[in-house]
Amino acid sequence: MKLLETDRHQTPPDHPEQLAPLDLRDDIKFAAGKIALFQYVAVGIFVFLVASFWDLQVRNPEYYSEAALRNSVKSLPILAPRGKILDRDGRVIVDNHSSYSLILNRQLLKPEHLRPIAEGLNMDYEELLRRVHRFDSRPKYDPIIIKQELSESELAFVDSHRDPQTFPEMELIHSQRRLYPHNGMAAHVIGYVGEVSEQELNSPEFAKYSQGDIIGKAGIERQYNDQLIGIDGQRQVWVDNLGREHGVLGLKEATPGKDLQLTLDLDLQAVAELAMENRRGAVVALDPRTGEVLAMVSRPAYDPNKFAGRIKASDWKEIANNPYNPMLNRAIQAQFAPGSTFKPIMALAGLETGVIDDNFRVHCPGGASFYGHYFKCWQKGGHGTVELHKAIEQSCDVYFYNVGNRMGIDTIAKYAELVGFGRKTGIDLPNEASGLVPSSSWKMRNFRQKWYAGETISVAIGQGATTVTPIQLATAIGGIAMGGIFHTPHLVKEAQQSARKVDFNLDNINKVTYGMYAVVNEGGGTGGRARLPGLDVCGKTGSAQLASNQLLKGSKAGREMKDNAWFVGFAPWHAPEIVVVALFENGEHGYLAAPIVRDVMKAYFDKQFRMRANAAAKSRIDSMGSLIQKPEAPAKQEFGPEE
Amino acid sequence: MAQYRSFRDLDWALIIISIAICGIGVLQIFSATHDTPTWSDAWWKQIVYICAGIVLLWAVSKIDYHTLLGQAPLLYVLTILALLGTFAVGKMVFGSRRWIGIGGFHLQVSEFAKLVIVLLVARYLSGVKGEQLEVRDLVRLGGLVGLPLLLVLAQPDLGTSLTYLPILAVGVFLAGVRWKYVLTIAVGIGLMLPVGWHFLKDYQKARLVSFLDPSQDPKGSGYQVIQSKIAVGQGGMWGRGVTRGTQTQLRFLPVPHTDFIFSAFAEEHGFVGIVVVLGLYFLLLMQIVQNAQTSPDRAGMYICMGVAALLLFHLLVNVGMVVGRMPVTGIPLPLMSAGGSNILSMFLMLGLVNNVRLRRFVN
Repeated sequence: MKLLETDRHQTPPDHPEQLAPLDLRDDIKFAAGKIALFQYVAVGIFVFLVASFWDLQVRNPEYYSEAALRNSVKSLPILAPRGKILDRDGRVIVDNHSSYSLILNRQLLKPEHLRPIAEGLNMDYEELLRRVHRFDSRPKYDPIIIKQELSESELAFVDSHRDPQTFPEMELIHSQRRLYPHNGMAAHVIGYVGEVSEQELNSPEFAKYSQGDIIGKAGIERQYNDQLIGIDGQRQVWVDNLGREHGVLGLKEATPGKDLQLTLDLDLQAVAELAMENRRGAVVALDPRTGEVLAMVSRPAYDPNKFAGRIKASDWKEIANNPYNPMLNRAIQAQFAPGSTFKPIMALAGLETGVIDDNFRVHCPGGASFYGHYFKCWQKGGHGTVELHKAIEQSCDVYFYNVGNRMGIDTIAKYAELVGFGRKTGIDLPNEASGLVPSSSWKMRNFRQKWYAGETISVAIGQGATTVTPIQLATAIGGIAMGGIFHTPHLVKEAQQSARKVDFNLDNINKVTYGMYAVVNEGGGTGGRARLPGLDVCGKTGSAQLASNQLLKGSKAGREMKDNAWFVGFAPWHAPEIVVVALFENGEHGYLAAPIVRDVMKAYFDKQFRMRANAAAKSRIDSMGSLIQKPEAPAKQEFGPEE
Repeated sequence: MAQYRSFRDLDWALIIISIAICGIGVLQIFSATHDTPTWSDAWWKQIVYICAGIVLLWAVSKIDYHTLLGQAPLLYVLTILALLGTFAVGKMVFGSRRWIGIGGFHLQVSEFAKLVIVLLVARYLSGVKGEQLEVRDLVRLGGLVGLPLLLVLAQPDLGTSLTYLPILAVGVFLAGVRWKYVLTIAVGIGLMLPVGWHFLKDYQKARLVSFLDPSQDPKGSGYQVIQSKIAVGQGGMWGRGVTRGTQTQLRFLPVPHTDFIFSAFAEEHGFVGIVVVLGLYFLLLMQIVQNAQTSPDRAGMYICMGVAALLLFHLLVNVGMVVGRMPVTGIPLPLMSAGGSNILSMFLMLGLVNNVRLRRFVN
């Protein structure tokens, strides 16, 4: 920035007494001609501008005033269809079908029409008014979608009232309505869609949506909304004051949402749904090798089709008044005491910590006293002398009272947490519950009391304050069956897989799973009903008392107070492919939940058998086709159900 | 130097014309926004800005412009720092960081940079005594103007950054330059265009494409131009009357109180109104040029001509855009468009012109 140097060198100031930085007497005559030229250019530009206005306003006013007459630009949204939801084999679970949405043309809108329109469409007038006002600063040609997925009667109302004399502002556009499976099949997994509400619009999760958008509200529909939702398009047309179209101004096609492939297997899902018919509870089937959820059922269910668009008040009342809360996804949200299904974890903890070993024996006379209280075994006559294998097989309470008493509450809590209890499994569904693992610090935090050793006794058999969700139990037992590798359960094929490794001694795991094998396959086992010929099914029954559950203590007696029945099973013993948990609320005893698990497993292995047989046949045909003689080695059916 | 100057010596013709244009602008802002709640206070805010602008005009005319020229390097450095500051603390509006918040106001630094560039160019050129500019002069000037230009371009604000060029161009033209340099620069720019296209933001490309063919993008900027032309055409000879323009009132016109204020005006006041307002702008421009012609020295002449060039460029681009003869660049109409930075920087520049005028009787 040495701007001044040149001038000092070239000409000494005419008036040295002036120390101003610049020579003030320099003349500007040299520029006179150029300034004049600038003026001519300016005149030229002004003439050009005035001429342009003359052109538009005086010479050709008809063209543009006619254009303005026609200038009711109307833009109609083209609603993008949501992506389909498919099962693991690509079969469609959720599809779309055609429906109509109503939009209001704001250029023709008369405020006094809003009330009768609201009444005709069973809408709240105040809410409609608020919605219309939200658009006040938007261009008039932007329409408002006021109702999606019109019912037959609403369609009839629109059709009979949208003539120019009555309510010309009403306009119908095509849209896609969500079509869910009947009977609430997989309803809780899939969830449902609905119009974004005003509260949701104000929360960060939904801020990017706008009024009238249909978004996922629960389940997969909500979790994967961003993938499923498409991008709406728009068609912009000139219309005259009678609403006739005079040409297309612009067209932006809608981008449909992406299809989503789930890990669910519709065949298994159907079997599980059927097994739970007229029962309350949940079924979860996982592939412990990957964490893929093969089936997930929660009963009672609701019909998601009723939610599509906006639910009718009467339907909502029916759901809301159901005392068994059909909206709850019991597979991930029901938190119940695990009962005896907790015993394999206790056994593993005992072996890992060295509190017990193969020689540890307990005499069970049908109960035992600890800290001045008498704790019963479920078997009134007692189990006699019990060691680990028999304790698991016959679910001896007295044995595990002793294990728990030797271990102490905080060691139990440590191992319960190691297998994933007390926190969310991280499944890709919203609002998972975390269950509860009691410990001395938990009690201090929540009750400001120290833990009494006597309280440990009932925790040792999965009672007390301990609660788990079916998905947690499936993940935990699946992880143990896999030798300590706990895969995060997930429902979407492309979901990122993650696993957690816990270093358990494989011998200890074998001892525990051998006990679970005996539960199903040996004479004294409690879970014989889960037996499948030709398959090494392992399992554990559980009958969890509800009386200890604070939430249900106040409810009506009778059926309500019957124990919850649990069964958790996996197969095959040494190379697990599937783990299934069944929770049968008020089912009284775990052996009543066992057949549910058996049915799902049978469906799984039947299908595997078929597929492997087909694959074997195909490879045989292929090898014959290529004329290569191979030594006879077709894939041998390992899991044939009928042997 | 600072002798007392009579209030009478101010360029009252220039001031009265400016205030008249501003008044018309306020009316139009009111007409375009009175029933839009979010903008309904724009017109009285504009009045406040105009009053502040008049005070600034008077204040700037008091300080001898030679003193201001002496401070030009400092002002320049401060401007560059402020422009850099917009990247750090600037307020993001419509995808561009242009504003710095100071006590509740949002200053658009790039508007005030115009003033500094006028001073800087005037100072540099008045120091050149040769008949024609040398290559090194062109390089230095180009660099000095190019730096703020690139900073504003990166905000990104193509429209405002381009307004710096006419100041430089007219200055260089007046100082004298060989034709072969002009040709070289023109060819150079021609070669750079494809590269520059690469760096344009998508919306800027869309604007250019839709300028060449508005029907390609009727929803975006092409739509704005179509709507603006319809609004202008609707005005006819006499206009539809204040608050009667349907294009404006039904909000077909985008931002009818800022960038597209002139098309709202054309709709409501017709060709006659347009001729009157363009006439006022022409008188204003000629008054500024006249001050350049009577300037006591080169520096004053360059200042006045810089302001004149800037005003002419703004008019050409903004009014040209309204009638569909220029691409949509988003630069305001001086003195009329709603907005504090536009009004204040324009009055500051008119203050500079008055400043030059007040010193013409020296010795």
